[in-house]
Amino acid sequence: MFSSLNIRIGFFLAKRQIKRSNPWTTTLIIFVMFFTFLNLVVVSGVLVGLIQGAVDAVRAHYTSDVIISNLSDKTYIENSPSVVSLIKSLPEVQAVTARYLKGGTVEANYKTKIKETDKSDIAAATITGIDPIAEDSVTNLSKFIVEGSYLKPDDYDQVLLGAYLDKKYLAVDSPGFSTLTNVAPGTKIRVNVNGITHEVIIKGIIKAKVDELSMRVYFVDSQLRSMIGRSDYNVSEISIKLKPGSNPDLVRDILKKNGVDKVAKVQTFTDAEPKFIKDMIDTFALLGNLLSSIGLVVASITIFIVIFINAITRRKFIGILKGIGISEQAIEVSYILQSFFYALCGSIIGLLVLYLVLQPAMAAHPIDFPFSDGILVAPLGSTLLRIGLLMITTIVAGFIPARLVVRKNTLDSILGRN
Amino acid sequence: MIEIKNLTKSFKDGDSETKVLKGIDFRAESGEFIAIMGRSGAGKSTLLYQMSLLDEPTSGDVVIDGKDASSLSVEEKTLFRLFELGYVFQDYALLPELTALENVSLPLLMQDVPEQIARKKATEALTLVGLEKRLNNLPSKLSGGEQQRVSIARAIAHRPKILFADEPTANLDNESSRIVMEIFKQLHKEGQTIIMVTHEPEYSKIAERTIHLDDGKIISINKN
Repeated sequence: MFSSLNIRIGFFLAKRQIKRSNPWTTTLIIFVMFFTFLNLVVVSGVLVGLIQGAVDAVRAHYTSDVIISNLSDKTYIENSPSVVSLIKSLPEVQAVTARYLKGGTVEANYKTKIKETDKSDIAAATITGIDPIAEDSVTNLSKFIVEGSYLKPDDYDQVLLGAYLDKKYLAVDSPGFSTLTNVAPGTKIRVNVNGITHEVIIKGIIKAKVDELSMRVYFVDSQLRSMIGRSDYNVSEISIKLKPGSNPDLVRDILKKNGVDKVAKVQTFTDAEPKFIKDMIDTFALLGNLLSSIGLVVASITIFIVIFINAITRRKFIGILKGIGISEQAIEVSYILQSFFYALCGSIIGLLVLYLVLQPAMAAHPIDFPFSDGILVAPLGSTLLRIGLLMITTIVAGFIPARLVVRKNTLDSILGRN
Repeated sequence: MIEIKNLTKSFKDGDSETKVLKGIDFRAESGEFIAIMGRSGAGKSTLLYQMSLLDEPTSGDVVIDGKDASSLSVEEKTLFRLFELGYVFQDYALLPELTALENVSLPLLMQDVPEQIARKKATEALTLVGLEKRLNNLPSKLSGGEQQRVSIARAIAHRPKILFADEPTANLDNESSRIVMEIFKQLHKEGQTIIMVTHEPEYSKIAERTIHLDDGKIISINKN
């Protein structure tokens, strides 16, 4: 059917039709194809990027590349100092932070209580002891200070308060969850941990889209250690940042081989992702594919209309071509190649804009969604797959209208009869 | 060479049927130049379209070089038109996005003639009609007369057995019409079979025979 001769003649006709067509019309069609391409790739890319942004943030600011946490039957990791020493000895490791964690409460406005029966301003929190410098080198925690300033290693009786514990940032009042009112840097609060109450001053407020960071109260590790009586230096959480290019799976496996998994849970950032996050990524990818499918239908209709109008307005010339002996297949190939050309140009421009402008721009300036900083996820493999789908759709959408017009009676086409 | 036997053509419009050709019989020999004349609506162009395999007759036979056209499939008819027939239309029927040379080369390329040879043959045909200096002009840059000459060049470049022309001078001024008819005369001299529909008695005289049609029937065939 589509012999090499037909393809050659089709190419001959298509090339000249495109070359000598109105440049504005060609530009407009390519513009439409460019936006169709963006619709295919960017919409689903932003949807997936919405969740991916949250996942990336958890990795960058909480779990880091590998996280070690206490076993479910313990509140701490046994032999933490030797585990930390082992981690530091690995060549793949760039930085490590160890955290003491303890459940507790924080109380504010206790000095303004008039009667003992007045409702206390108390919130439950995870009390966290950190080495401020080590923590910052792994998770950039200082970046999330929205009020006040970050902790220094010798800041005793001073804490960082997670923003979700401050009513100003999270005005939620639901059973089992409460926040402090009228607190700010400089405010004195009481921290109750292990039955011991300690009065401290808020040094800064931490606000991040990673919930774990915003729901904690941060002490300098040495002070919390003495408050909870952890003279063995056993911590509850260790986050490990690897050197660029290192494989987290490899480091996890090395640690397991060295018996760390007997005293703690050793996970890469992927292992530590909650299942609902993985489900959400899959859901959003599915949603993105659904929207892309609609985009493909829109693209095929667009191409169909463009080629149909083109073919209908050139019906007389199609009749002449058939009249002088040009095969129907060669004429159809010319229209298929034209639609292919429009889709290819739109896709190439789209690829350049996507990878040279949109993706870097969104990586540098993520979209500020309430729960994540949305990035644009567009892996080259899936983008090329979508381009392939667009091409196939375009070829079919270019062929059908061409076929409809070409199959009409030759003489009727030449004479413009219906 | 071409024989028409009891050819009829009717057009249906709902329940009504209009008979445009009512049993045409005639034969043209190889190398002959035949003019078809008649008033508007006599069926001249319709007859030309049936003979040139651009349309299907309602009944009757068209036999070209011993081959019955009714036995040919649509694809075979297309190939037959490509290799054996040439067409000159009243309104030139050139493809606007192709230059004169490309318009003439196209049927040759479809015949699988190598591009260089096709260009050479097309150039020769355009030179024959006096357009050797207008090879790379688009139709929009040519006058009506020049466009018709490109159309003739396209029709003869592959040396067809029969050249069909449908009122080739209808849209041309006197000077252009004269040039076109001179080309037809020259082609006939070289042995080209030509069947031409015309309104102009003056141009019909160039042909060897003139067929007069009226109301879908041949009313006379005159030798000129």
